[in-house]
Order: sequence, then C-alpha cells, then structure tokens
Amino acid sequence: MKLLQYIIQRFVMYFLVLFIGITITFFLPRLMPSDPINNYISQVQARAGQSLSTEATQQLRDQLAELYGLKGDLFTQYTSYLARVARFDFGPSFTYYPEPVIDILMDALPWTAGLLITTTLLAWLIGNSIGLIAGYFNKRRWAGALEVVGIILYPIPYYILALVVILIFAYWLALFPLSPTFLPGPMSWSKTVSILYNSFLPALTLVLAGFGWNVLAMKALAVATKEDAYVQFARLKGTTDRTRMTNYVFRNAMLPQITALVLSLGFIFNGAIQTEVIFSYPGIGMTMRAAAGNGDYNLLYGSIILTIISVATAALVLDLIYPLFDPRIRLGG
Amino acid sequence: MQTDKKRRWLPKLNARLTIGLTIVTILTTGSLILPFFTTVDPAAQGTYMKNLPPSQAHLLGTNALGQDIFWYLVFAVRNSLLLGVTVSIGVTIIATSLGLSAGFIGGWYERVVVVFMDTFITIPVLPVLIVLGAVVRGNTSFMVVALILIVFGWAWNARTIRSMSLSLREREFVNMARFSGAGVGAIIAREIFPFVYAFMIVGFINTILFAINTEAALAVIGLSNVVVPTLGSIIFWALNYNAILIGQPLWIIAPIVTTVVLFLGLFLTSSGYNDLSAEKRGVA
Repeated sequence: MKLLQYIIQRFVMYFLVLFIGITITFFLPRLMPSDPINNYISQVQARAGQSLSTEATQQLRDQLAELYGLKGDLFTQYTSYLARVARFDFGPSFTYYPEPVIDILMDALPWTAGLLITTTLLAWLIGNSIGLIAGYFNKRRWAGALEVVGIILYPIPYYILALVVILIFAYWLALFPLSPTFLPGPMSWSKTVSILYNSFLPALTLVLAGFGWNVLAMKALAVATKEDAYVQFARLKGTTDRTRMTNYVFRNAMLPQITALVLSLGFIFNGAIQTEVIFSYPGIGMTMRAAAGNGDYNLLYGSIILTIISVATAALVLDLIYPLFDPRIRLGG
Repeated sequence: MQTDKKRRWLPKLNARLTIGLTIVTILTTGSLILPFFTTVDPAAQGTYMKNLPPSQAHLLGTNALGQDIFWYLVFAVRNSLLLGVTVSIGVTIIATSLGLSAGFIGGWYERVVVVFMDTFITIPVLPVLIVLGAVVRGNTSFMVVALILIVFGWAWNARTIRSMSLSLREREFVNMARFSGAGVGAIIAREIFPFVYAFMIVGFINTILFAINTEAALAVIGLSNVVVPTLGSIIFWALNYNAILIGQPLWIIAPIVTTVVLFLGLFLTSSGYNDLSAEKRGVA
C-alpha cells in the first residue's frame, strides 16, 4: 500500500510541475518590456520600406495576435493556451510556414533523446564505476589520481568542453568533421554509420561533462559505505573485495546517485542545448537556437514546452523505477 | 570575500582550499584592480591595429575586431564575476529564508514550497533564457539575465537547506532551546544558523559558478548581450570570426584557459571549505 501511495504522490507531483512550468513560460515573456508583434512588424516594415499601408499593418497585427494567441484579456489567453498545450497544438511554424510546429519538433526530438539517453547512461555508469573503485580502494595512491580526474572535469562548463573537443579532434587531429553532415533519405547501414560517426564528438562532450560529478559523489559515498557494519561482516565472512564492492557497497551507494541524476536532469538538458548548437547537431537545442534567431515564437514555445515535458517525464520514470533498485523495498511484501 | 576566515584558519587550510583560494584571489583582485589602469574601452572596435601578435603593448595580441585580447579578457572576468556574485547574493537570501522556514513551519506552507522547489529544479533555465532573449530581441540587459538566474537558481540551495533544517529540528539542543521558551526566530538564528552557515558559503560559491556558466553559455550561442565583455561573449566573437582558421588561436584559447582556471578555483574553494567545515563539526 505504501508503494501505491508513493506512485500516486509522484504522479500528482508530475502534473503540478508541468502545470507550474507551463504557467511560468506563459507569464514570464509577458512581463518583459517588449512586444513580439511590434518587433515583427517593424522588421517587416524595414524590409518593405514605406510601402506598407496603415490598414495592411493593422491587418497584419490582428493576424499575428490571433496566431500567437494574444487575443482577448490575459485570462482568456491563458486558458486557450493551456487548452492548446494539452492538445500539443502549437500552431504553424513561422519560418517553415505552414508546417505545424509539432511536426518539426517531432523530427528533432529523436536526435536529442537518442544523444541524451545514451550519453547520460554512459556518464552515469562510467562515472560511478570510477568513483566506486576510487572510493573502495581510497587508501591506495592511484585512487587519488582517479579523483583528480573528477575534480578537474566536474566544474568545466559544457560549452568549454565542446570547444576543447572540437579543437583537439577536429582541428588538431582532424579525425572528425567540424560540423556534421547527415545523409538524407531512408535508414540504411551507411546512414547509421554516418549518424554514429557524426554524433561521436557531441556524445563525447556530454559524457565527459557528465561523469565528473558522479566520480566525486560516488567516491565519497563508497568511502562512507565500506565502513558500515554489514560490509565489515561480509568481510569477516570471507567474501572477496570484488563481491563486497559491487554487491554490498554499490547496491546501497547507488541509491543517492539515482536521486542525484533525477535532480540534475534539467542541468543536463542545458548542457545538451549548448552542445547541439556548438556542433550544429539537429536536435531540439539547435531548433530552439534557430527559432530564436528567426523570431519564430510558435516554434520557440513549442520547444520549451516539449523540453519541460521531456525533463519532467524523465524524472518521473526514474523515480518510479527507483523502488526496483532499493534492496530494502520488497514488492508485495 | 573570504579573507578574514582565511586568516583565522590559516594553519589548518587543506590543499584544495589553498589552491582554490589562491586562484580566486588572484583572478578577483586582478580583474577588479587592473581596469583602473586603462582608459580604453576594451569592447570598442578598431582601437588598435587588427590581428597583432602578442607583444609588450598587447600581451595576448589584438583580434580581428581591433580589440586588445588581454584587456577584453580582464573586463570579461570582472563582469562575469560581478554577475555571479549579484545572482548568488539574491539566491542565497531566497534559498536560506525559504529553506529554513519550510523546514520549521511545516504543514501546508512546506508542501507549497516543496512543489515550487521541485518545479524550479526540473525546468531547465537555458531554454527559458533563450525564449526571453528572443522576445526582447537581443536587448537582454545584464540585470534581466541576473534576475532570471535568481528566479531559477534558488531551488537547489533551498532544497539542501530545508533537509538540513528538517534533521536539525529533531536534535536535542533544539528541543532544549524550545523548552527553555525560545521563539522560532531565536531558535533559527542561534541554534540552526551556525549549522546552515557552512553550507551557505558552499552554496554561495556554487551559485556563482552556476550563474557565470549559464550567462556564458547563453552568450556563446549569441543570445545574451554580446556587446558586454563576459567570459561567454569573448568566445562568441572568437567563434564568429573563426579565430582558429584565421590564425588567431589565442583569441579563443585564452578565454578557455581562463574559464577553466577560474571554475576550478571556485570549485576547489567550495569543496575544500566543505571538507574543512565537515571536519570541524565532526559530520560529513
């Protein structure tokens, strides 16, 4: 019954987070001292010279207000916005008119999801393994060297790592292209290879950026856990170092690390955006950057809402499978 | 900002704290004092000959925009640090008051605070800044960026402070104070604050890192105010002019090295201080 209560609570939290997040993204831009419609019209006027009549301008203004959902008072706007978000209807893209925003986003989402899920899992596994070894054998000298790797990598921002990776692998060693070119057309073996080849540098950046923290946190946890009485008892029973490290220390020390992963998902997504833009990788981050440059507000709104939904859902999924990892929780017990 | 503490603990400083504080002190004082020795606006273009190699007059040479790279970098470090400290002051005030009050008042108030905390931890701040940057069309003032970073940055620290106060409120010395008739305010100020204080300093430094990092990331992709020299805008311009391809590696390598050194310094300071205070209190 405890478990059911936990699941229900977690779902309620999920929808609350979505609701608040979506509400904030609605109100925040409206607090800014700037009007996107005026911006857009002055852009059009600058392009058309003085040839735009007042009526035409007014007509354009009305159309834009309709398109952006800026008609009526704030409350009407807000409710119709929520209704549209619930239907995933973000209207047409401005740059690729009349292609719906949701189609563009659905093209970009697999790229970001594929890159992020792979690299986050790798970073978590590699980082925690290194941290576990460094923490379990913390009396040895090489364990300190492993920790130094974590200390140096952890505080470096994503965009710096991306640039360093480019400098080394694309300029200096010239092993990889500066910006990726993906073969068009249906999936094939050569296309798969080109995707993997071109995604290697962004993926390397994200893995490097992700594992520093895991090394440091896991090392501290492992140092503390290996002194626990149950690990000492296992040692006296005659278990090997390896068994104690993986089955005794890691089983318990990994739990806070799963929680830490859930909490850092938003931060990881920030990193993905930077990495995608710097490598011109065709995911959500790149789409957002292009939309911001083109003043494509529908596309921008669509991407930020998709971002919030993705991150919140990933956190929900991780929290829901958490009990499976916890050795203290017995299902149905 | 930590010099007085430094003196008191000088004999017990650990290696991390020593290295970290040295780096931070050099970069902070350097970037705050050096600007008084120049009359030239480092962001003004065409001040000097373009693409000069490093020399006595231009320590790191000049870039394709006719700016002195060294002086631009000095101002960039100063502006980024000022932004970081401003955001961090705001975040620390909000996080401490919300975290402590949520832990102590409890009930509905706590639940509401926790929901907002979880929301702000979940929402990635960079997309929000990108949308706002697009709405104000490149006129993102430094203050707006700072404000948004405060709005989205408090939750992490508040979460830690809340869980600290949750465990502290059950400790015996707190109950003792309560039975002696101390009010909630007095308990928080006299019994709890000394414990939370160490984390506040760690959180303060980490928030500086977060703020500088996020603004720089926004600038590197060209969506902050790139006219103001920051650790991000210098890289934005270097990338825009293909610094490496036109044979000016220093333009991009200098800010990269500076950022790495500064971030490493700040991180070593915060984690070194964390170790030190944990050792002192006998808790990890």
